[in-house]
Amino acid sequence: MAEEDAPEVELSGEQKKEIAKWFLLHSPGGEIQYVAKDVRSVLDDDGAYGEAASEAFPAYNKAQMICLDMPRGMGEVLITSFGELEENQFLDPRTAQVGIVDHVKQVCTDARPATDEELPSPYIEEFRCALDAEVLKYVGEAYPKGVCSVYSTKGKDVEGPGSDFELAVVIQAARNSPQNFCTGSWRSVWNIEFKDDIQILELRGKMQVGAHYFEEGNVQLDTKHECKDSTIFQSPEDCAISIASIIRHHETEYLGSLEYCCDAMNAGSTEKASSYSHPFPLA
Amino acid sequence: MEAALGLMRRMPPKHTETALSALLSLLPRHSSDLLSQVDQPLQVLCDIDGGKEFILCEYNRDADSYRSPWSSKYHPPLEDGTQPSPELRKLEIEANEIFAIYRDQYYEGGISSVYMWEDDNEGFVACFLIKKDGSKTAHGRRGYLEEGAWDAIHVIEVGPEEDGTAHYCLTSTVMLSLTTDDESSGTFSLSGSIRRQMNMDLSVAEGHLCNMGRMIEEMESKMRNSLDQVYFGKTKEMVCTLRPPAEITQMRMPES
Repeated sequence: MAEEDAPEVELSGEQKKEIAKWFLLHSPGGEIQYVAKDVRSVLDDDGAYGEAASEAFPAYNKAQMICLDMPRGMGEVLITSFGELEENQFLDPRTAQVGIVDHVKQVCTDARPATDEELPSPYIEEFRCALDAEVLKYVGEAYPKGVCSVYSTKGKDVEGPGSDFELAVVIQAARNSPQNFCTGSWRSVWNIEFKDDIQILELRGKMQVGAHYFEEGNVQLDTKHECKDSTIFQSPEDCAISIASIIRHHETEYLGSLEYCCDAMNAGSTEKASSYSHPFPLA
Repeated sequence: MEAALGLMRRMPPKHTETALSALLSLLPRHSSDLLSQVDQPLQVLCDIDGGKEFILCEYNRDADSYRSPWSSKYHPPLEDGTQPSPELRKLEIEANEIFAIYRDQYYEGGISSVYMWEDDNEGFVACFLIKKDGSKTAHGRRGYLEEGAWDAIHVIEVGPEEDGTAHYCLTSTVMLSLTTDDESSGTFSLSGSIRRQMNMDLSVAEGHLCNMGRMIEEMESKMRNSLDQVYFGKTKEMVCTLRPPAEITQMRMPES
């Protein structure tokens, strides 16, 4: 092997920060603290690391939709862009609490009740709350360790019929088993447009599944799927039942096709393997 | 260095090159260690003399040029580029011929290369590489567009002969990348690498190539089995753990 003529170019603090940020943002779900430790060591520049962390962690936490416990047993808060009031304040619509968050430590340090301005109007809340109850039921049944939330994303101050508004359903399930060298995450986001004029609900779903196995190497799964559906505009309770059932249907179908994909690829790659019985030519 | 390798085990395999170049710029003094211990997808050049392609890796590189196993010439040309001894070169030529046959039988296509060089312990090191770019062909089931790439790197350290036997240490890495893009399941991308090691003391009665060939064959078959379990088995298991298929939820099975 030839000797490397390594150019001894010292990177600027800004460059180091960007590199650190890149590594942090590309961490698999549930592994950012491990990555952070390694990045810090490799970077050898706590100032640049600190800046990178303060920029990367909030983005990562929102993308991964991490779930944090609120203090004093007040429940959980999901870190999502839908619930973000300020960079470190996130609304949990179910308990009407706002969690104050330390992104880098990934903990909720405090919580306060939400103000009236931060919450949707009673009219919207009826729909939101009914849907939340139905989705909670679904997630409890379908996901062993799932969490969910329903947010009012558009038209939260709408007072009564006559205007359009939007809700977003967020579902997250994660399994982190570092001792078994594997992690996985399921994230789905459903945007629901309530179209008052035509009395229709339009749903757009985005599902993302990731898995990472790293016992004797590094194997990662990364899949995405989008779908659409619609249903009629009804009472809050009936809308909720209809929406939850649509979500359940699409997510179940997606899981089925993921399993099929794995099986098909498996068969495809080992198909050739079964014809491998030729000894090495020399032997 | 440990931290650097830890990072490489966590970054998405699709971004191996970016991650590695970031690490190289942060740790220039560790560059030769990094380059030899981190697996990158294999790249290929065409030998101008024979018109045949050959695989690029750290083991046939000198400065910015790569040595072809067919003509032993460096591309781009390099004066005084490192060359194996004439004896070793003879073995290298034979190994390339035989390995090409092996590759054709098992992979029905693809590119292979073997490089050898003397090491400091009176033994030598041989590196066997295979690159197969997946075909969008018969594996297109039900209209899937499937792309797959298989890169295999087998490095064997051969110790000096003692009493008619030699010690062989094989380190193998397989990098696999599979992508499908289809109507009902959107994008599905599974990629990564696995690394294994095997040590054996064998009689040199039938020659080094025979021993190395047997070891590689055995290793590749073991790794193919691991791939099933690791790539597809564990991945599927994880997905089903996150969200068990409908039949199970009805029974409310306790999850681990």
